[in-house]
Amino acid sequence: MASRYDRAITVFSPDGHLFQVEYAQEAVKKGSTAVAIRGTNIVVLGVEKKSVAKLQDERTVRKICALDDHVCMAFAGLTADARVIINRAQVACQSHKLTVEDSVTVEYITRFIATLKQKYTQSNGRRPFGISALIVGFDDDGIPRLYQTDPSGTYHAWKANAIGRSAKTVREFLEKNYTEHAISDDNEAIKLAIRALLEAVQSGVKNIELAIIRRNQPLKMFSAKEIELQVIEIEKEKEEAEKKKSKKTV
Amino acid sequence: MALQDVCKWQSHFQGPSPHLPQAGCWAVPRGCDPQSFLRIYGPRLAHGTTTLAFRFRHGVIAAADTRSSCGSYVACPTSLKVIPVHQHLLGTTSGTSADCAMWYRVLQRELRLRALREGQLPSVASAAKLLSAMMSRYRGLDLCVATALCGWDRSGPALFYVYSDGTRLQGDIFSVGSGSPYAYGVLDRGYHYDMTIQEAYTLARCAVAHATHRDAYSGGSVDLFHVRESGWEYVSCSDVCVLYRELQMFTEAELEGEAHQTQPEPVILRGAEEGGEFPVGPREMAPGDSRIPAETETL
Repeated sequence: MASRYDRAITVFSPDGHLFQVEYAQEAVKKGSTAVAIRGTNIVVLGVEKKSVAKLQDERTVRKICALDDHVCMAFAGLTADARVIINRAQVACQSHKLTVEDSVTVEYITRFIATLKQKYTQSNGRRPFGISALIVGFDDDGIPRLYQTDPSGTYHAWKANAIGRSAKTVREFLEKNYTEHAISDDNEAIKLAIRALLEAVQSGVKNIELAIIRRNQPLKMFSAKEIELQVIEIEKEKEEAEKKKSKKTV
Repeated sequence: MALQDVCKWQSHFQGPSPHLPQAGCWAVPRGCDPQSFLRIYGPRLAHGTTTLAFRFRHGVIAAADTRSSCGSYVACPTSLKVIPVHQHLLGTTSGTSADCAMWYRVLQRELRLRALREGQLPSVASAAKLLSAMMSRYRGLDLCVATALCGWDRSGPALFYVYSDGTRLQGDIFSVGSGSPYAYGVLDRGYHYDMTIQEAYTLARCAVAHATHRDAYSGGSVDLFHVRESGWEYVSCSDVCVLYRELQMFTEAELEGEAHQTQPEPVILRGAEEGGEFPVGPREMAPGDSRIPAETETL
């Protein structure tokens, strides 16, 4: 049944599906995991880096991009599609500043990206964008925000979310561990993001990329060393927690 | 009818004569560019005014005279030159009244659309940017709009000057119009950011009164508006002749006796209370019925 209604994007199936959009969402599920956490004074983005070939220069693979000084995004899905969207979003941020003198709000740029994605689900001869994006940042009023968009063009605000390969596992982990205490301290929020990613990333530290935005500060990418330090702390905490447990049982 | 079409015959009853200009255009002699024709022979559109605005700790004050002149006669002695855009934004207008009125309606529409889309009203800086961008497209076509946008937004009291060639300036004091040099003199003398609300009202009225005294194209009454955090309010409307006379009396009294310094003060307070907030709230004021009979305002 599906095969008759999935060739053209602009055709609904009898039971109301847009199959091309759903296939796009499948493409997203194949991408590497990205996780985002909204803390009280910080927003954290973490992505799983796919292991690069021996001769490939690692630095050219970028899954976290700044859209403006106060907004950045991570994506999961087709990298080329993401590049197009990121370019358009960056232009939109500056055009907004030119026309109305104010920087974009996170919601505005999310809506822009979502509208762009929706246009491509309703045009002839085009396919939808095969990416989901996690857009984080701070607004003028100092409130941190996190939004997620998907290939159909919808967007929602989240406290913490994951997209990509092991999104479900990571999201379940976040649901259990996202507490007021966990996000109250900047460091704790960073550690929560790393721990969430480690649920999905088997190969450990080297394949994690992390970025944060603090209020009134630009995007900061973590170096491999800084991530390692955080991971060491996490492992220490884990050991202590296990020791306590074993003490109790004894 | 087929024969008519073939012969390209046009019935005289169908439409206005082909020799008349299209609707909405000026009728000018053939071979003449309408713009240059108008520049030389056209009616002198309404110009000449005194408007001022300044921002201080407690908001933004906007004041204007009410004389609308057309060449050498007074077209309207009671025109409204301060136009509300929305509850937290006013604009003082100078230049061509018609242009100002139209562009303000366009600005109102733009801001309203953006407010609906974004969920919050754009800032005064945005409004100024939008207005100047819209008008700069008509540069060189004799648009004349010189306006000061006075508002209160997330950053506090804000004041921008926008001119129809696209100029957009931020500042603390602006005065626009033919009477502005006289108004600037008074404003520069008495302005400081931390003055009280009553001092600000007095200063604004004083500045416009002096300007109308010397400038032929300004007169009538002084409309005084105050934009606070809670929105704009129409403070008072005072006849300039009466105002100027009282100013003279006040300075004479000051010169006469230092001992009587405390006396004028009770007069100020009483008068100011009377001229305080009129029951006309924002949005209820329409240009037509804003004429509260010119109350003699004691300083």
